[in-house]
Amino acid sequence: MADVICDHCKLPVPSGLIDPAAERQFCCGGCRMVWEAIHGCGLGRFYELKDEFDATEPARTTGEGYESFDHDSFYRAHVFTDGDGLKGIDLYLEGVHCAACVWLVEKLPHVLEGVVESRLDIRRQVARIIWDPDRIALSHIARTLDSFGYPCHPYRGAKTHDLWRIEQRKHLIRIGVAGACAGNVMLMAFALYGGMAGGMEQQYRTLFHWTSLAITLIALIFPGRVFLVGALSSLRTRSMHMDIPVALALTIGTIWGAVVTVRDGGGDVYFESLTAVIFLLLVGRWIQHRQQRAAHDAVELLYSLTPSTARLIESDGTVREVPVEALEIGSAVEVRAGDSIPADGVIAEGSSQFDLSLLTGESRPANIGPGEHVHAGTTNLGSRVVIEVQSTGADTRIGRLMALVEQFARSRPRLVRLADRVAHYFVMVVLLLATITAAAWLWLEPADAVDNAIALLIVTCPCALGLATPLAVVAAIGRAAREGILIKGGEALEQLAAPGLILLDKTGTLTQGAMRLVEYVGDEEIRPLIAAVEAQVSHPIARALVAALAGEGADLPPAAARQVTGSGVIGEAEGRKLIVGSPAFVREKVGPPPDWAKQAERELLDQALTVILIAVDGEYTGVAGLGDPVLQDAAASIGRLRRSGWTVGILSGDHPVVVDAVARQIGIDVERCEGGASPERKAEVVTEALSGNRRVVMVGDGVNDAAALSAASVGIAVHGGAEASLAAADVFLGRPGLAPVVELLRGARRTVGVITRNLGISLLYNVLTASLAMAGLINPLIAAILMPISSLTVVVLSYRSRTFGP
Amino acid sequence: MSVIYIVFPLALLIAIAAVIAYIWAVRSGQFDDLDTPGARILHDDEPPEQPAADRKKSPPARQ
Repeated sequence: MADVICDHCKLPVPSGLIDPAAERQFCCGGCRMVWEAIHGCGLGRFYELKDEFDATEPARTTGEGYESFDHDSFYRAHVFTDGDGLKGIDLYLEGVHCAACVWLVEKLPHVLEGVVESRLDIRRQVARIIWDPDRIALSHIARTLDSFGYPCHPYRGAKTHDLWRIEQRKHLIRIGVAGACAGNVMLMAFALYGGMAGGMEQQYRTLFHWTSLAITLIALIFPGRVFLVGALSSLRTRSMHMDIPVALALTIGTIWGAVVTVRDGGGDVYFESLTAVIFLLLVGRWIQHRQQRAAHDAVELLYSLTPSTARLIESDGTVREVPVEALEIGSAVEVRAGDSIPADGVIAEGSSQFDLSLLTGESRPANIGPGEHVHAGTTNLGSRVVIEVQSTGADTRIGRLMALVEQFARSRPRLVRLADRVAHYFVMVVLLLATITAAAWLWLEPADAVDNAIALLIVTCPCALGLATPLAVVAAIGRAAREGILIKGGEALEQLAAPGLILLDKTGTLTQGAMRLVEYVGDEEIRPLIAAVEAQVSHPIARALVAALAGEGADLPPAAARQVTGSGVIGEAEGRKLIVGSPAFVREKVGPPPDWAKQAERELLDQALTVILIAVDGEYTGVAGLGDPVLQDAAASIGRLRRSGWTVGILSGDHPVVVDAVARQIGIDVERCEGGASPERKAEVVTEALSGNRRVVMVGDGVNDAAALSAASVGIAVHGGAEASLAAADVFLGRPGLAPVVELLRGARRTVGVITRNLGISLLYNVLTASLAMAGLINPLIAAILMPISSLTVVVLSYRSRTFGP
Repeated sequence: MSVIYIVFPLALLIAIAAVIAYIWAVRSGQFDDLDTPGARILHDDEPPEQPAADRKKSPPARQ
């Protein structure tokens, strides 16, 4: 029997959900709601456009109210005003992927009165919506998109994207002009080559020379200016850059060509090679620019997904969702279980457990009660609390940390790129060779001396050399992105290629970042009872116990349980009375534990685990040790890192005892581990290590790592990391675990191998052309043939080489 | 061969026209998004299902 297929997403419908009586079948409630919403708006044609075989994933609607979208401060942050009093916004839509999605999103003006325009960029999943604020509210538009299965978020990178688009257009225009110039000069050069073989009347030669000169001047002054400006600015800062040899060859070549043309006596011109160099190098730069932008785009989208709303309690007691920017000092904010704290403040009402790991690296949840401080970025795990806001935005602890991140990012010394180091020697050697050539030919045949020396300067123009690094880097970044590793720039790859010191954050990087049951000692038979009791409570320790005992006790009738905040749980299951909680709490209720339990407790404490005692009917029956277990692949990955020459250390905000226990477990030298480090201290450790002229790589996930990530030679943010660490890091790993770190380092090493090989090959071509020029054997035709071949070799080798991936 | 003095400037003029056309295309944003227009060309060949009253209101044609 053929599978029953969901009418919305085209995925097979699970057999339990098939309703034989119904006309329509859906795989889930989300798809049903979306299908009804789309048909309700008269947009059923969506399903005609949609490819039958394009089954991707079931629809997801959040059912959110999007009330914060109508707030003034949201408008200030994300909405722009059109010339006619209309408003516009860029929304990042989850779930758009195909042509039918484009159709549906762009039909919005037909469905909603007041939406003027809706245009989707399918690659970036960003829609630009223009609407009339007098006729429709933005939250209504957002709710409609959500009901179509496209949950939406304000796109955070709108401003940088606009800047980038302007830059991109400039690139394209430069390339177009340079290409047209190169093509036309090449046509005339062909005529001149013909003249070299068969002879040519002087008047036509003159004509071709003058026109080529004019076009080359256009190419040099308009698109080629980039290289001249780059060379000048690097001369001014006394640093070496690949632009210098390029600019040198371009200017000398053009001036010499002009001299030959004006003199009108004979001599060779190299205009076609010069214009082709401009064109090819510009294409190389554009590809690099685009690839880097792709990584930035991906990070910005992740950024846009992070929630930025708070639940403000109005003076009349109603709760309203507002953007975080709208909070003021003194506002009362409700924080539900599972939400993150939007601003620094004091708990006014209620008490709960908080996950502080993003800020401190501490994996154990902390109990915080009324009157105590909580910081933005931490997560409420327990129950609803009300917070009185004390500082917002840049004044919060996170805000100050982000200022630190920027400060480090600015002060980070720029790496001298491999290609630029080569360029340094290249210029010197070429100038030296040109002098030798001139001197030697003055002695041999004075009439040819200048000709030959200048020909050498022109034909050694480092076209392939200039392409070598960008192409290798671009190919590698593209491959890495397919493996889930987003690299923001080529410098990071060059930095990662040679071993140095790698510092790892513990919580969330080496460990899972959540409590798990690690060890259980005692009576196995009561395990179902524990699960039944703990299932009634929503504390992280209770959840860890339930998860570990999954399935056990599921068939028992629901147990009665009472949670004692910060201590434990008292409950009843199958008529037996259970006490599960911290050692102090259970001791108080039951009395001193027997020797076996005491010993188990000591052993678990030595492993830096959180100990839970279990007593049934007044008797001790079990001891459980909970902790944040180390990721399975950690030990193996660290072994691999050390074998390839890296020094590995841990830099964590968690308690030193826990850090040492983890270090011993995965084979890291305890000397190289530092626990209890504040975010500021982390950055300090990194800068200290850097001052010893070492390469320091920081791997982390939390806000507490952001400053250190930004201070390090290369910062790597791991999967599931906080927004702040995404912004500070150079590399983002989209897959969990440490294996991607190892892969990144291996890929970086290979990429630098490819760069070195490319540089070698292009230098080889230059040795060839230089020796031909020194021997006086070069002519424009040979130069025009060798130059593209060398560039093509570099292109092919860059894209054929395996850097990232299997 | 002197015909080259006419053909040559003419060819250059055509090349300049092509470059100008290209620059105009870039400036008007035709290369900003290379994926969506390919999908968009499949739509809009028929008005969407909607009440007849609304049908004469044409969609805002903006580029």
